[in-house]
Amino acid sequence: MAMLPQSPEPAATSASELQPGARTGAALDAVSAGAGKASPALAPTPVSERPWMSLWRIFTLNRKAMVGMCIVGFFFLVAIFGPFFIHTDPSALSNDVLVPPSPSHWLGTTQTGQDIFSQLVVGTRVSILWGLATGLVVTTISVLVGLCAGYLGGIVDEVLSLLINVFLVLPSFPLAVLLAAYVPFKGPLTVAAVITLTSWAYQARVLRAQTLSLRRRDFVEAARSSGESTWRIIFFEIFPNEIAIVAAGFVSTAIYVILAAAGLEFLGLGDVTVVDWGTMFYWAQNNDALLLGAWWWFAAPGLCIALLGAGLALINFGIDEVANPRLRSEARPSKRLLRQMLSRSAGTGVGSGTGTAPFGASRSLG
Amino acid sequence: MRHLLRRLGFYLVALWASITLNFVIPRLIPGDPAGALMARFQGRMTPQAIHALELQFGISHDPLWMQYIQYLGDLLHGNLGTSFTYFPTPVATVLAQELPWTLALVGTSVLISFALGSLIGVFIAWRRGSFLDNILPPFLTFFSAIPYFWLALIALYLLAYTLRWFPVNGGYDTSLTVALTPDFLLSALNHALLPGFTIVLASVAGWMLGMRNAMITTLTEDYVLLAEAKGLKERRVMFSYAARNAILPNVTGFALSLGFVVAGSLLTEVVFSYPGVGFALLQAAQNSDYPLLQGIFLLIALAVLGANFLADLAYLVLDPRVR
Repeated sequence: MAMLPQSPEPAATSASELQPGARTGAALDAVSAGAGKASPALAPTPVSERPWMSLWRIFTLNRKAMVGMCIVGFFFLVAIFGPFFIHTDPSALSNDVLVPPSPSHWLGTTQTGQDIFSQLVVGTRVSILWGLATGLVVTTISVLVGLCAGYLGGIVDEVLSLLINVFLVLPSFPLAVLLAAYVPFKGPLTVAAVITLTSWAYQARVLRAQTLSLRRRDFVEAARSSGESTWRIIFFEIFPNEIAIVAAGFVSTAIYVILAAAGLEFLGLGDVTVVDWGTMFYWAQNNDALLLGAWWWFAAPGLCIALLGAGLALINFGIDEVANPRLRSEARPSKRLLRQMLSRSAGTGVGSGTGTAPFGASRSLG
Repeated sequence: MRHLLRRLGFYLVALWASITLNFVIPRLIPGDPAGALMARFQGRMTPQAIHALELQFGISHDPLWMQYIQYLGDLLHGNLGTSFTYFPTPVATVLAQELPWTLALVGTSVLISFALGSLIGVFIAWRRGSFLDNILPPFLTFFSAIPYFWLALIALYLLAYTLRWFPVNGGYDTSLTVALTPDFLLSALNHALLPGFTIVLASVAGWMLGMRNAMITTLTEDYVLLAEAKGLKERRVMFSYAARNAILPNVTGFALSLGFVVAGSLLTEVVFSYPGVGFALLQAAQNSDYPLLQGIFLLIALAVLGANFLADLAYLVLDPRVR
């Protein structure tokens, strides 16, 4: 699907923010749509300071991002250190069957007397480790595909874009279920591989659009004319300018991965002997926890996923708001203020005061 | 028109890709599940019986390209193979039974959620910085970060199991016969309310945020300012001027996220033991019913591609620039 940088196909290009799983990323769309032409703040100038520093600024300046970081940081600590404090084997059976939360079993027990609290803590490590690792692999693939398609152009772009668009419209979760069912060995690795295969396309498209808008910039032209190699231009000139988008993409991918993995394992397509959040659901569902009134069995892992997901989403909100100041919660100017503005600009023609956005802008934020 | 034809061509490619994936996946992945299934019968049946079963399950020893042509031909005739779980019912028959339920439940919920989300998005962008604008986005985002099936479990536990406001499972009262009688329809509606509610709750945030962000950009446009300056009614400016332009990216978003919402809804169906495609998906996944799994994937792919095409058509109506 050939898409010229400046005349994007409307229906196809203004990818709205609905990243599977994580519905945040408004800034992403500013970039993905209109080939980044109209995105006000994310259209980057060549990096003047280290990109990592600007990421750090986002986290310290924005309150939403701070809260998100605290939540995610807490889960990290539990994942790293939690299992050292758990002395009961999470799979050990006992005679305390279906005990509600109590001092001896903080989160109650399962139908076979396993302690849910220790399952949860041990499972946190597995779920987070695999979630982040998969997210990292997915992000790497989308960076490779997106940047190559955007920068190299021509037939490479044609082929890669078609691939991206096809994978974008195919329903990824049913495809993942199909793949996972066919793979003979069940386990976290299979789940991760299947999710990677089915979820790289969205980010690749966002990055391709952004790369298209960057490749004709002066600093890229300068690098090209000074004889830098193609790979160096792609990964050392262009890539650093897309760090914020890649980071936002990684965060939303991580949410999707954790949700999808839980979904696959809930259907029994993971290794049900491994203790993590998804398999806890599987056992709870398979033992009719609900009909036994054992709410604590499925409440705990779900709350963890929801909290972690919300934390990651908050981080993305923060990145969005820093990258695109227009999204911050500010009141619109009142009628009176509008009238003042109008009378002020009466001599110079009607102007809204925020500058006139290019034509494509109305569609580009989504 | 050219634009439409190009999109149509693209969807045909995507359809071909999903059909081919469906053909390739079982043959690429090592382990040969069909062979494993046949091995179970080995020694207990006559070779003739095994051959008959092989034919029935579509296991063949022809070269790949012949199998591929055979497969395409079968698809054209609506032959998706025989389900292992519901043996000897053909997959197409199983799906035909489940599809109406899913279409009714998921289709309606998705449309409600999209309309509701867009409407809320318009209002909170209009009253930007107001109490609702500060409260709703984080609140609903929390719900969208929850796995659909978990939200469904909690809703089921609280509202159906504990409070008994809604039926606990199924798609209709099993004492009634499936027919288009008022009693049956009422019972079906009653059973669909809670699953529908959870799907809407889980998916509304995405569309609301998308609409809000698009509205905020559109509201800074000159034509909106001019419309306000002309003294047009607030409602008119909000909907005919701002929202009409802001909804375009949301329509694309609707198409793109459809696959995701449908997948989540399938898991919701599992939780509610709803007699739709999602429940068949669970059966198929747990019983290694490969023909059924493949059929479900194809069906969903077809539905999502079709919906995408419809969204493209809607785009054409909404945005004169692409005509």
